Amino acid sequence: MHKDLLRLMRAERSVRRHLAVTMAAALLAGLLVLVQAELLAGVLSGRFTAAALAGLAAVVCVRALLAWTQGVFAGRTATGVKSALRHRLLARLRELGPGRLAAHRSGELVTLAGRGLDGLDAYLTGYLPAIAVAAVVPVAVLVRLFAADLASAVIVLVTLPLIPVFGALVGMTTKAVTERQYLALSRLGGHFLDVVRGLPTLRAFGRARYQAGVIQQVADAHRSATMRTLRVAFLSSLVLELCASLSLALVAVPIGLRLLGGSLDLTTALLVLLLAPEAYLPLRAMGTRFHASMEGVAAADAAFAVLDRSAGDQGDPVRRPAAAPTASPETGTLQSGARGTAASATTGAPEIRLEGVTVRYPGRDGAALDDVSLTIGPCERVALVGESGGGKSTLLHLILGFVHPSEGRVLIDGTDLRELDLASWRARLAFVAQRPHLFATTVAGNIRLGAPSASTEEVRRAAAAAHAGFVADLPQGFDTVVGERGADFSAGQRQRIALARAFCRPGASVLLLDEPTARLDGRSEAAVVAATADLARGRTAVIVAHRPAMIDLADRVVRVHEGRIVSDTARPAGTAHPPGMPSAAQATAGLSDVPPGSGAADAAGVPSGGGADAPARDGRRTADVRCEEGGR
Amino acid sequence: MNRRMGTRLVWAVLAGSAADLAGLGLIAAAAWLITRAAEQPPLAALSVAIVATRAFATGKGVFRYAERLTGHDVALRAQAGTRERLYQALIPPQRPRHGGADLLSRMVDDTEAVQDLLVRCLLPAAAAAMAGLAAVVIGLTILPVTALVLVAGLVLAGVVLPAGTATAARRWSARIAPARAALAGRVADLVHGAADLAAYGADDAALARALAADESLAALERRQARVHAAALAGGTLVQGLTVAAVVLLAQGAGAGSVGTAVLALTSLVAFEPVLPLAAAGERMAGITAALRRLREVRSAEPAVGEPAAPAPLPGGPLTVEIDDLVVRHAAREASPAGVAPPAVSSPHPAPAPGGPGSPAAAGSGEAVHGGRPALDGVSLRLTPGKRVAVVGPSGAGKSTLLAALMRLVEPESGTITVNGTDLRELAGDDVRTLMTGLTQDPYIFRAGLRDNLRLAGPEAGDEELRRAVRDARLGAWVERTGWDTELGEDGRTVSGGQLQRLALARALLYDPPVLLLDEPAEALDEETADRLMADLLDVTRDRTTLLVTHRLKGLETVDEVVVLDEGRVVQRGRHEELVSVPGYYRDLWESEVLTRR
Repeated sequence: MHKDLLRLMRAERSVRRHLAVTMAAALLAGLLVLVQAELLAGVLSGRFTAAALAGLAAVVCVRALLAWTQGVFAGRTATGVKSALRHRLLARLRELGPGRLAAHRSGELVTLAGRGLDGLDAYLTGYLPAIAVAAVVPVAVLVRLFAADLASAVIVLVTLPLIPVFGALVGMTTKAVTERQYLALSRLGGHFLDVVRGLPTLRAFGRARYQAGVIQQVADAHRSATMRTLRVAFLSSLVLELCASLSLALVAVPIGLRLLGGSLDLTTALLVLLLAPEAYLPLRAMGTRFHASMEGVAAADAAFAVLDRSAGDQGDPVRRPAAAPTASPETGTLQSGARGTAASATTGAPEIRLEGVTVRYPGRDGAALDDVSLTIGPCERVALVGESGGGKSTLLHLILGFVHPSEGRVLIDGTDLRELDLASWRARLAFVAQRPHLFATTVAGNIRLGAPSASTEEVRRAAAAAHAGFVADLPQGFDTVVGERGADFSAGQRQRIALARAFCRPGASVLLLDEPTARLDGRSEAAVVAATADLARGRTAVIVAHRPAMIDLADRVVRVHEGRIVSDTARPAGTAHPPGMPSAAQATAGLSDVPPGSGAADAAGVPSGGGADAPARDGRRTADVRCEEGGR
Repeated sequence: MNRRMGTRLVWAVLAGSAADLAGLGLIAAAAWLITRAAEQPPLAALSVAIVATRAFATGKGVFRYAERLTGHDVALRAQAGTRERLYQALIPPQRPRHGGADLLSRMVDDTEAVQDLLVRCLLPAAAAAMAGLAAVVIGLTILPVTALVLVAGLVLAGVVLPAGTATAARRWSARIAPARAALAGRVADLVHGAADLAAYGADDAALARALAADESLAALERRQARVHAAALAGGTLVQGLTVAAVVLLAQGAGAGSVGTAVLALTSLVAFEPVLPLAAAGERMAGITAALRRLREVRSAEPAVGEPAAPAPLPGGPLTVEIDDLVVRHAAREASPAGVAPPAVSSPHPAPAPGGPGSPAAAGSGEAVHGGRPALDGVSLRLTPGKRVAVVGPSGAGKSTLLAALMRLVEPESGTITVNGTDLRELAGDDVRTLMTGLTQDPYIFRAGLRDNLRLAGPEAGDEELRRAVRDARLGAWVERTGWDTELGEDGRTVSGGQLQRLALARALLYDPPVLLLDEPAEALDEETADRLMADLLDVTRDRTTLLVTHRLKGLETVDEVVVLDEGRVVQRGRHEELVSVPGYYRDLWESEVLTRR
């Protein structure tokens, strides 16, 4: 029995009720077999008249009705449990948030919460009722047998325990054999998929036909290995079958002899013959169901592993977002005034300050960010550059509240982000992820993501602003339904729809972009850059960028390497102009003076761009942070 | 092979039937023994029944064991045969299909349907038929009219009910599949779109949508459970009422207590192998669907035709000439998401066909237009020792060009010749011995590095392997990882850079007369990509090479650069010439120069 699963079932009232009905129907049907045997034996022996056959038919009808009830309610139990588990899983996924979800294998989570739970069906609809029947019916049969004929009852009583005992013994041997062969079996079993997946590569090197022979050899080896385990595994069914059938012979032959001697009446004899198999049947059924239900147990284990994975890991950079706003009532009252101004200033661009922030992800060695201090003034446009894996995205996720600092703090207009209401803070942000997800709904619905009440006109305007004019040309325009995982749109188009999302939030005062032009070709890049330039106007913008055109939008370039800020360069005032090569040349020349991880001395020989101030290693920029764009 | 399979199948059926017959015989003999004993005949009259009872009891278990072993053996052999046929069908180049890796996994899972079909459906059905037949024969010998009732009951439970459950299962799976897909989509939204949802405060709404999808799926599943329940109830009802009717008829006809008891108990037990057939019927829906999918795969036309009598391979140094080549990918049917294919005349780049697995649209680039050819009149000449680089935006047709050279796609018009011989006159496998190399999406097999390399050079000695590894700059990694540590899915994970280098080592080991390299620096970070490209340009010096790339650094060393856009050659020449004139190449070059440190 699965402990966690039982706990879950007890907690859900409707599931509890449905399971109870299922079990009761199964039990009642099992017990009615006794009545049926009684009636049949009586009719066959001539003790009852043929009229008793009507009773027999009635019992059969009731058993059929119970079987139907059991089936229906077992189905309800299964869907109920799966739904409950799914609810919890999905709620948990949301609770984990994007920061920690990244640590899971997302594909596995999707499968688990979808198809994976269907494995529970066999466990819930088959195995659980079988357990109940196996616990009650054999006992009832034995009691009736003892009342009818002591000698037969003793034979059944003695042989009955052999079934679970032999079952367990053979089961253990099977397990040992399977475990010994597990690696070989899974290797051989996975070989075919491996070869089929690699077929294009095999074809390229002329090895495809050769592998056909290998496939056959491996299939033969797999079959031999499987049969070796099965020869042992099926011993259990051999033993169970023999136990049951030999016991029947053991019961029937002495009964026959005693009938011959006249010491037993025919009704009892027939009753014993009919009942004896019913004592073994539930145990054998339970054994069969057990094997079929193993997949479900594995699914339940996987689900509970996700649910139980401790939320309070030490050094965990992500805390429950929901806990933040209500966590500290004292600071809340102290800062209510400050928060009031913050709330009323949602249209104004805030100052974002990182103070000695270190972020560590559980299970990873180094820190993703290591003692980083950085101040981003209102309306400042900062480009984050550097190698992938250096910590740029983590920096964005910090500001978004997806991850929390292990050390240090993030201040928004002087208030610790952890004391702010995350939802209302995020309402001031417009974020475009590196690979934005398009949801399985209409394009309009996707653009409206952050502004559910936006009118059609506003959606259209946002799309136009994001240079996503292609949407209007689609056959169904903004009502086009996005294919699974955005498969029907190119990377550039996805990116522009995501930008339209940001435009559809006119109130947002902070723009956070994660490599918006990575993986785009020249034409798409130009459109996205132009859209970004519009969007950044009058807002604080933090842009993770690789390409010169995008870096060109920024008035300050911060290079992040191995979790540290290695250079922080202001671009000369007035160079912020539409994307173009010449200005980008200046910007990147300015950036190029500090190679990641090297000291300033290495940079001495590299031509340095005019006007770039020396990088302040603590990241605290003393230069003014006037809101140059604010007046536009 | 097939006859031996047939023999094995017959043995499995015989063993299964024997097991069911032994069960029937056990109960018939026991019933006879008991009722006859009640008439108190001499002991000798019972001895046969006593022996029979014991023999049947032993036989039942032993035959069942034999059935399960022979059945599984046959099923595993049948599955191996299905897989082999599937593999043979997949060997010729395929048209791209939707779903990529998922589809392949499903295809492989589908081959397990054969096993299910035999072990869970056909063999039990055959055994049940034999047992039913035996019960009917017993009925006929004792009282023919009861045999009639028994036949009716058995047909109802063993044919009508399973047929009904099979039909219902097919209908329900057609209704449930979309609900399941909807739920999967919602869950995928929650997981893959977690960052977007959280940032825009839309996670509650998305969660609610997922829960609603779960509820509608659950409602359908609850209703489906009624079918299963009805089949269970129907089986119980038919069995019980048949037995009651048999007893009624037997007593009415005065069959005597022995005859009646034997008839009643054999009827009761005859249903035991028959009743599970309703569940087998439920399985059949899934099994037939899987087998149909496999048949479709097997009967699919290969992407390219093979000549009836392949021309001999041209020898000596190879000159490849591509003349006015046009390749058009088969237009995709309307997408499942309901996005109709865009009109050809649409002036804007629109979401367009080209499956994720198709060479031209793979990866992240702009998808190709349905009507527009992937290659539209491309000409190119590769003389011995010449290195040509092909650049251009994604979707320009670069990979399609390589696929055409490797004879993986059929050109619509135009020719490719090797030393004057048209590629279409050569066997596809022969073409790929001349022109191959680092292809798109190279695959790492679940095996050691040595075996992963050897597939490109089965005869290669250790020294050659070492040289290939050295040339691909993989030496340090090999020293850390070892030659025989298992790589691939369950083994050591291989980073993108290592994977590309391993693929390069394979290509170098194979050493084709014309080396094709498709985006060797794809998916690498800047630094690794730069190093790999530099190494690659170094080792390919004086080899006939066609290099598809989107990185221009180092291309000053190649003999010709061809710029493709929308399937056409828009610029060609040496690097120095191309950077001196305005155009795509110069733009890309300047952009690349500026991002470098």
